[in-house]
Amino acid sequence: MNLRKLTGVAVAAVLALPMFASHANAYELVIPTLDYRTGPYAPNGIPLANAYSDYINLLNERDGGIEGVKIKHVDCETGYNTKKGVECYENIKNTAPSRALAVQPFSTGITYQLIPKSSVDEIPIFSMGYGRTSAANGKVFPWVFNFPATYWSQATALVQYIADQEGGMASLKGKKIYLVYHNSAYGKEPIRTLEALAEKYGFEYRGLPVDHPGQEQKATWLQIRKERPDWVLMWGWGVMNQVAIKEAASIRFPMDRFIGVWWSGSENDVLPAGEAADGYLSGTFHAAGGDFALHDDIRKYVYDKGMGAGDRDRIGEVLYNRGLVAVMWTVEAIRNAMKIHGTKEVTPAMVRDGFESLEVDEARLAELGLKDFTYGIKITCENHEGPGRVAVQQWDAKAKKWSMASKFYEPLREITAPLIEADSMAYAKENNVTPRTCS
Amino acid sequence: MFYRENGQFKSSYSADQAIFPIAQDRVFVIGILLIAFCGVPFVINEYWANAILVPLLVYALAGLGLNILTGYCGQVSLGTGAFMAVGAYASFKLVGFFPEVNYLILIFVSGLVTAAVGVVFGLPSLRIKGFYLAVATLAAQFFLIWLFNKVGWFYDHSPTGMITVRPIDFFGVRVTGPEATPAAKYLFTLTIIATLTLTAKNIVRGRVGRSWMAIRDMDIAAELIGIKPLQAKLSAFAVSSFYIGVAGALYFGVYLGSAEPLEAFDINQSFYVLFIIIIGGLGSILGAFLGAAFIVLLPVLMKNLMVGGFGVASGTAGHVEILLLGALIIFFLIVEPHGLARLWQIAKEKLRLWPFPH
Repeated sequence: MNLRKLTGVAVAAVLALPMFASHANAYELVIPTLDYRTGPYAPNGIPLANAYSDYINLLNERDGGIEGVKIKHVDCETGYNTKKGVECYENIKNTAPSRALAVQPFSTGITYQLIPKSSVDEIPIFSMGYGRTSAANGKVFPWVFNFPATYWSQATALVQYIADQEGGMASLKGKKIYLVYHNSAYGKEPIRTLEALAEKYGFEYRGLPVDHPGQEQKATWLQIRKERPDWVLMWGWGVMNQVAIKEAASIRFPMDRFIGVWWSGSENDVLPAGEAADGYLSGTFHAAGGDFALHDDIRKYVYDKGMGAGDRDRIGEVLYNRGLVAVMWTVEAIRNAMKIHGTKEVTPAMVRDGFESLEVDEARLAELGLKDFTYGIKITCENHEGPGRVAVQQWDAKAKKWSMASKFYEPLREITAPLIEADSMAYAKENNVTPRTCS
Repeated sequence: MFYRENGQFKSSYSADQAIFPIAQDRVFVIGILLIAFCGVPFVINEYWANAILVPLLVYALAGLGLNILTGYCGQVSLGTGAFMAVGAYASFKLVGFFPEVNYLILIFVSGLVTAAVGVVFGLPSLRIKGFYLAVATLAAQFFLIWLFNKVGWFYDHSPTGMITVRPIDFFGVRVTGPEATPAAKYLFTLTIIATLTLTAKNIVRGRVGRSWMAIRDMDIAAELIGIKPLQAKLSAFAVSSFYIGVAGALYFGVYLGSAEPLEAFDINQSFYVLFIIIIGGLGSILGAFLGAAFIVLLPVLMKNLMVGGFGVASGTAGHVEILLLGALIIFFLIVEPHGLARLWQIAKEKLRLWPFPH
């Protein structure tokens, strides 16, 4: 057999391989992910995607899947690009055998694309804390879940933290609180809430937009240096975060008065600024660090077998843990769906029911190896946001560690509830949705 | 052998001036249209409509619009993304104001609004040329996007600055939003694009198109033989912007369904459409379609081949795809700097003699 023939055979064999490989007979649970391992937001997308992949591998290896049913992980690369996200969603949504059980886009833009599709395709969207805030109103958005806390709740929590440092809500009066935000749908989310808060508590609010991807912020920080706000909040993502922290350091803005949203508080954001980032604050709803029992299991069952998606020493980074908590809640919703419907062959519609009556309390977290990792949640038909509690964490540049710097704040629902009601009703009216009744 | 015009005699002026004077071309184009209109709608599914065919058609239309301006009239523009945004926002506001009016009319009016905006930003073209004009249109790109992002009226004061399409019926058939069937979306887009393509083909063959090409080839000579640069250039800007505006309205309404100005219509969008016509072929109607096919379909094809066919990890495939696409663009530009349309033309000339080239 000469070389040419040999190559021909090899090519034919490679082409034929997938036909055999995809031959499966047992029921499998399809969990898709829309990853971004490429593009300007890749440094943040990679730990999120790794955590998803590791947790699914862990369940398949350790427990044989969820309640004994194997999980089929389907991933698709979006590059944080909305158009690619649409292509990916259409590509994966009908993956056999169970169809996509829940979609987690990790992008506000893609979430907005998918929200109207979710009710038609009957696939639940779990936009964990991001996406359309008013989707918290389960009456208008039965297929969308954004627990554990929306950006609007988070904005009220961060302002409460500021008030605590200043000595009570009354002392906010006359203070200057600025917001540096990613000039996109995501970054604009907190504006309306902050405006309402500013009006109620009498502080001065101002928003400073930073255009995608956020490399250029000199002008923004010059303005901050000139006008000297008491506090700066940041709604940033990707490279914008590290640039902002470096710029803040260069104008000597006090780091303990600079609070990022929970997407602006990972190791990627503070490490480039080095020592100067010491004391930087950010919102969070879960712990950082890789010392939980679940992490040990991941090391043992996944990384020791050489199936790990990322680097072993990056297990436990903030964004890795965020990916873990996202996939953990998704899996618990699937488990809950199995329980409610009494079948192991769940469909996306059943998983929606699973989400809607999801309850993961502290005891269950401990069982999962995540004792004190986050707080307990309980989702209801009306409230898809859940508890909405947010804490503030602080960066210790010497120890290279995040630690909790505050209690978990309850959201100021008297501020957010009317805003959610107004925005969700506007959506209902535009799209001819009749809000369902929750009994 | 098959592609030979021997024996095809024209006995009237109209036959001589037909769009496709060669019978084989006619059969080919009619065949494609028949398949596109009568075959594809029966087999189309959501993936093909939402991820492949509708974006392909929308980008082909945008490419067609830019080709009129850049390829036929020689005026380089980097404001395509912004003009698409004008079309999108115009259709968004118009649907909000006049929900009862036929969607097709609103899209047409959105195109007219874009044409007006295009003429305003085309005014500098009377004084500045070439690269300098490209920079002037860049101003349109940044100014318009800033405007749509800044002024709440444009996005109906939504808290995130996003615009979302309302569910719209076209003669009782839903054409926007998730409830629209793939076939409805596809046919609605295809009808508009087929009509506009035919119109464009006729415009560029006629007096107006010839005046554009004269300006493109040498503006002083064109002026000397009596072509008014003011009319020629501004009409090119108007027609081009009209096409791009309609493309923008479809891009937002039928394809994406929701959009935020800085992501959906940013400068990359302008470059994207510019690449489409450079790769497809400047000054060619067919080029816009070939270029759009190259830029829209190739990444999807490569991804599906790598991830679905060979089981490459999706992240790796993403990186390889970027590399390969870049390499292919360079390859095609080296092989044929005049674009894919020129390659097609060469192929046709070869086919005339095939299989006996000597």
